[in-house]
Amino acid sequence: MNNQICKAKIEVKNLTIHFGKVRALHDLSLDVRANEILSVIGPANSGKTSFLRSLNRLNDFEPHIRISGSVRLDGLDIRTDIEAEDLRKRVGMIFALPIPLPRSIYDNITYGPRLAGLRDRAALDRIVEDSLKAAFLWDEVKDRLRSSAQKLSGGQQQRLCIARTLALRPEVILFDEPCSGLDPISTAKVEESMLELRKDQTIVLVTNNTKQAARVGTRTAFFLMGELVEIDATEKIFTAPRDPRTNDYIVGRFG
Amino acid sequence: MAGFRKVKEFVIEKLIFASGIASIIFVALIFIFLLSEGVSVLKSTSLGAFLGGRFWYPISDPPKLGILPLILGSLLVTAGAIVLAVPLGIGAAFYIADVAPAKIRSLLKSGVEVLAAIPSVVLGFLGITLLVPFLKHTLGLPTGLTALAGSIMLAFMALPTIITIAEDAINAVPREYKEGALALGATHWQTLTRVIIYGAMPGIIAASMLGIGRVIGETMAVMMVTGNAAVIPTSLLQPVRTLTATIAAEMGEAAKGSPHYFALFAVGLVLFLISFLINLTADLFLNRGKKR
Repeated sequence: MNNQICKAKIEVKNLTIHFGKVRALHDLSLDVRANEILSVIGPANSGKTSFLRSLNRLNDFEPHIRISGSVRLDGLDIRTDIEAEDLRKRVGMIFALPIPLPRSIYDNITYGPRLAGLRDRAALDRIVEDSLKAAFLWDEVKDRLRSSAQKLSGGQQQRLCIARTLALRPEVILFDEPCSGLDPISTAKVEESMLELRKDQTIVLVTNNTKQAARVGTRTAFFLMGELVEIDATEKIFTAPRDPRTNDYIVGRFG
Repeated sequence: MAGFRKVKEFVIEKLIFASGIASIIFVALIFIFLLSEGVSVLKSTSLGAFLGGRFWYPISDPPKLGILPLILGSLLVTAGAIVLAVPLGIGAAFYIADVAPAKIRSLLKSGVEVLAAIPSVVLGFLGITLLVPFLKHTLGLPTGLTALAGSIMLAFMALPTIITIAEDAINAVPREYKEGALALGATHWQTLTRVIIYGAMPGIIAASMLGIGRVIGETMAVMMVTGNAAVIPTSLLQPVRTLTATIAAEMGEAAKGSPHYFALFAVGLVLFLISFLINLTADLFLNRGKKR
C-alpha cells in the first residue's frame, strides 16, 4: 500500500492547546488520511485526548482553554468554516465510558437523526438496522429494540454507542479509549467493527493499549508530554521506531 | 487515668447524642403544644366552619372564626410568587451552571447569596416605599397594597433557594450525558432542553417545592405590603391577608384562653401542616434524584 497518494481527510497544523497555564498540546502538525485507522498512543498527560477532542471541538466548553493553530476537514477550517454542530455530525465520537441515554435501544440510535430533524419512520427503521449491523450488535438485540438500553452489558452498550454515532453517517469517527472498560471478547467485537468501518470512514483511535494500536492501526502516532514524537505506518512503529523514546514506551519501559 | 478517660468519652458521647436528638424533641414538643392549643378552637366552632368559614371576625360577639379567606390569601400570594420565581430561578440556575463564563458565574453566585442575606423586613420596607406606590400608579389601583405586591416580594425571597438548589441539580447531571449529546450534533440549546433538564428534573422540582415552602411561611414582608384585608380574594390586584400575617398581627392582642387565642393556634397548626407537606414532597424528589 502506498500511503503517499492517500489524500488527507484532516490536516492539523501547528495545533497548540493550553488549559490555563498548563500546556496540553504543543505545535502539533499531522494529517489523518481518508479511510485509515490512525492510532494515537502515549502515556497519561501526553495530550492524546486533548488532540482527539479538538477534532470535533468538544474542548470548546472547557474553562480557560486557549487553542492556536488550525484543523482542517476536507480543506475547511473547523473553527471558522463549519458550525460546531455540523462538524460533530460529520466527526462522530465514541467515549471510554458508554453512556446510553436512559431510553430504549431504538430511541438511543434514532436520537441523533431526530435531533437533526428526521421524522420519517421507515427511514429511521432502516438507520437503526444498518447502524446496529455495522456495530455488530444487530443479531443480539434485533428482538428487543424497544427495551431499555441500560439493560445491555457493558460491551453491548459500547457497541450501541458506536451504532448511535453511525446513525448520523459520520465521515470520521473518533474513538477515545473505547475498550478501556471492556472484556477481551467485547474488545474483539469493537475492533472488528472498527476494521469494517474503515471501508467507508476515517478513524482516529486513542488508546492506552499499545497492542490494540498494533492490531487495528493503519498508522500509529506516539505522543509524549503534549508533543508528537513520531508518526508512521503501524508495522514500522512497532518494529523499527525512529525515536528511542517510542521504543521505550512500546516495550513498557515507562508510562 | 484510664478510668477518667472512659468517663470523659462517655460524657462526650452522651452530650453529642443529646444534641443530635434535641431538634427532634423540640419539633415534637412544638407540635404537641400547637396541637393541644389549636384543637381547643373546636370548643367554639366546628372543623368545617373553621376551615371553610368565609368570615374572620375574631373579636365580634359571637366571634366568627372562618379562615378560608386567610388560606386563600396565602395560596394566592404564594401562587403568584411561584409563577414569578420558578421560571426566573430555573433560568438563572441554567445560566449560572451551564452558560455563564467563569467570571460572571462567580459574580452571580455571590449576588444570589447577598439576596438571600437581606432580612425580610428590609425587603418589606423597600416594598412599601417603592413597589407599592409604583403598582398603585402604573396599574391605576385604589391601593398598591395588594396580593401582587406580596407575590413580588416573596418571589425575591424564594429566588435564592430555587437558584441554589436547581443549580446543584444541574451540576450533578453527569458530564458524559452532556458530551454524549453534543457529540451527536446537538446544539447547546438542544443539550440543555433535552438532556440536562431530563437529568436534573427531580432536583429542579425539589428546588421549586422548597422555594414554595420558604414563601408560604414568610411573614414580615408580606404583612407589610399586602394590605391585610381578610376577605376572599378574587384577583391579584386586591388586598389580601395571609395565615402568617394574621398570627403575627393578632397574637399580641388576643386574650389568653379566648376563642380568638385558640383559633390563632389552629391557624399555626394549618400552616405547620402545609409547610410540612411541601417539605416532605421536596424531600421525596431530592431523594429520587440521588438514587438515579
